[in-house]
Amino acid sequence: MRISKTWIRSIWIPIIAVFLGLLVGAIIMLLSGFNPIQNYSNMFIGAVGTPNAIGEVLRTATPLILTGCGFAIANSAGFFNIGVAGQALLGWAGGVAFALWFPNLPRIIMLPGALIAGVICGAVWSGIAGFLRAFFGTSEVITTIMLNYVALYGTNAFVKGVLAKGDNDYSPTVPVAARLRTPFLERLTQNSTFHYGLFIAIIAAIFLWWLMKKTTLGFEIRAVGMNPDGARYAGMSDKKTIILSMLISGAFCGLGGAVDGLGNYENIIVNDAMPSIGYDGMSVSLLAGGSAIGIIFAAVLFGLLKIGGLNISIMSNTPSEIVDIVIAAVIFFVGAQYIIRYALNTSARRQAAKNAAQVAATTVATAGVDSGPGDGAPDQPRADAIPPRQRGQKQPPVEQAPDHHDDDDGEAK
Amino acid sequence: MDLQVILLTLVSTTLVYSAPLIFTAIGGAFSEHSGIVNVGLEGIMVMGAFAGSVFNLTFGHQLGNWTPWVGLLAGGVVGVLFSLIHAVATINWRTDHIISGTVLNLMAPALGVYLTRLLYDGRGQTAILQHPLSTMTIPVLSKIPLIGPIFFTKTSLVAYLGIIISIYCAWVLTHTRFGLRLRSVGEHPEAADSVGISVYKYRYMGVMLSGFLGGIGGAVMAESITLNFSVTTIVGQGFMALAAMVFGKWHPVGAMGAAVFFGFAQSLSIVGAYIPFIKSMPDVIFSIAPYLITIIVLVAFVGKSAAPAADGSTFVKAK
Repeated sequence: MRISKTWIRSIWIPIIAVFLGLLVGAIIMLLSGFNPIQNYSNMFIGAVGTPNAIGEVLRTATPLILTGCGFAIANSAGFFNIGVAGQALLGWAGGVAFALWFPNLPRIIMLPGALIAGVICGAVWSGIAGFLRAFFGTSEVITTIMLNYVALYGTNAFVKGVLAKGDNDYSPTVPVAARLRTPFLERLTQNSTFHYGLFIAIIAAIFLWWLMKKTTLGFEIRAVGMNPDGARYAGMSDKKTIILSMLISGAFCGLGGAVDGLGNYENIIVNDAMPSIGYDGMSVSLLAGGSAIGIIFAAVLFGLLKIGGLNISIMSNTPSEIVDIVIAAVIFFVGAQYIIRYALNTSARRQAAKNAAQVAATTVATAGVDSGPGDGAPDQPRADAIPPRQRGQKQPPVEQAPDHHDDDDGEAK
Repeated sequence: MDLQVILLTLVSTTLVYSAPLIFTAIGGAFSEHSGIVNVGLEGIMVMGAFAGSVFNLTFGHQLGNWTPWVGLLAGGVVGVLFSLIHAVATINWRTDHIISGTVLNLMAPALGVYLTRLLYDGRGQTAILQHPLSTMTIPVLSKIPLIGPIFFTKTSLVAYLGIIISIYCAWVLTHTRFGLRLRSVGEHPEAADSVGISVYKYRYMGVMLSGFLGGIGGAVMAESITLNFSVTTIVGQGFMALAAMVFGKWHPVGAMGAAVFFGFAQSLSIVGAYIPFIKSMPDVIFSIAPYLITIIVLVAFVGKSAAPAADGSTFVKAK
């Protein structure tokens, strides 16, 4: 596979997936009697129309960048960390608990302390799954799903029993020193909930890029993800890599939860269901194909969809859930990128075949007498498959990898 | 409360809470035996619960007492339709099974609430169902001394149905042509293909069966426990069913046993208030017990060999 090709693919697949996802949303809206163009423009206005909306979009994107990075690291190592939500929840609880238990710390110690508490909680939680996978071969998909619900009910009991005052379903608000919101950013965005977390998230995304591309550990993580047996043969410790990648993954997710807790909620509540930043972060990472810069863009896109989606139901009768349907459809098409590639390849191949037919026709016409009867016949089928390159003949942009049929065969999980 | 009443309540709440899990877990077993990992059971249950609730509210007048039972079928049918997304994606379009299952889980609550808002004037939840799956006393069996009053009085008929179905499904998987072929497709699709079994067809059937049973499970949940449909009707039951299936080592009867056990853990937190020893324990223990036990069982007892060998793989027929 050539570098230029992978670049083209990695850019086009998510763009086509987003387009198809919006198309699915439009079809559903049409079928239920709503005006998709009106709704999508309402969504766009609702997301970028005012400084306040932009602030809300960026605030929504902030934790998604972090949880997306967390998911991406584990995914590079070949692990499907469905526990993002649970790790974020523990990070949220850890950050808020730290802030509530040490209310008198100065801001310079308080904020890093609370964030680190979140990081540690998230890392420990995913570390359990990594440890079990490394030493017992237990599927991380099942363990992280189970740990999600342990985290959900566990933190609910912790909030209700330890942090909350009286019989409340929420903890007190964290001290001012631990809050990520500041008057400056709030003024800038007309009292939105935009907060400093975005800068933490962007630094984290840069850290992810550096870790994966510039360090030995990142190289080992990618090597283990691509071929565990090969990595072991090359002398890398797969156990160590599994555990480290899961720890770092959980650390990012925990940081995401803590940032969202200290910036957005400023307390912690008893949750009915897993926090949405978990699955949304996974989706962001899948859409971005695990690239750090892609995660930032994908997270902002999700922020646009989610905040803009609220405006859909304000301006019309269309339920705002349509946005979540669009998001699910986008991820569906990212997952089914084989079919997108197949469609692209087929059209490219058809183009090539058409070209080849023309070329063959001209070749036969011009060189008909020269070719001897002996070698002419066996050459004929090949002329159909591979167009002979001629001077001045423009080659069509063929985007096909000949081996894509066997790319993902027999990949047992 | 005297012992018999406590036991009666314990058994009947156990059955009520395990019924949705039993159906869904058996469904999961079918899908995984055909080689398709189905983490989308949660989403399938959501759609089943939605369909069951809407059917119940719409046709309650005409069908009377039969409403909830036909509602289960409605849930099953919608579950099949919804599971086709997973089938097409994983079987034909080579999507990663976990990603596709996650799409179902993302899609279902959004789609369910969207349709609910369309049907019921913008409200995000349905009204309370007027024809629920109520508990009932089984005529003859309840007359058996000792066992009768505890197990067959005011009990969940649908849970017993699930238990019977689990035994039937175990027989299907091990003794019928369909079951053996389904399993061969999940163990070694290339070998199955070489003797002329259509891998695609059997995988479609496996996923659709999981959609049917998962949809029924969701409808049971809505019609017997929550009694309406909202975004919080199904919170984690699908994953719990998945856990039950793993706990039961991918065997329908094992999955059923695990589901009953999980139902027991849930009912303890409800009935526990009347039992002196359990009363002193915090509720959270019972909420997290099923999940923790699954992890422990997975680590300690279930080897990798328990899962079908080709589970999670994509089969591409050689040209």
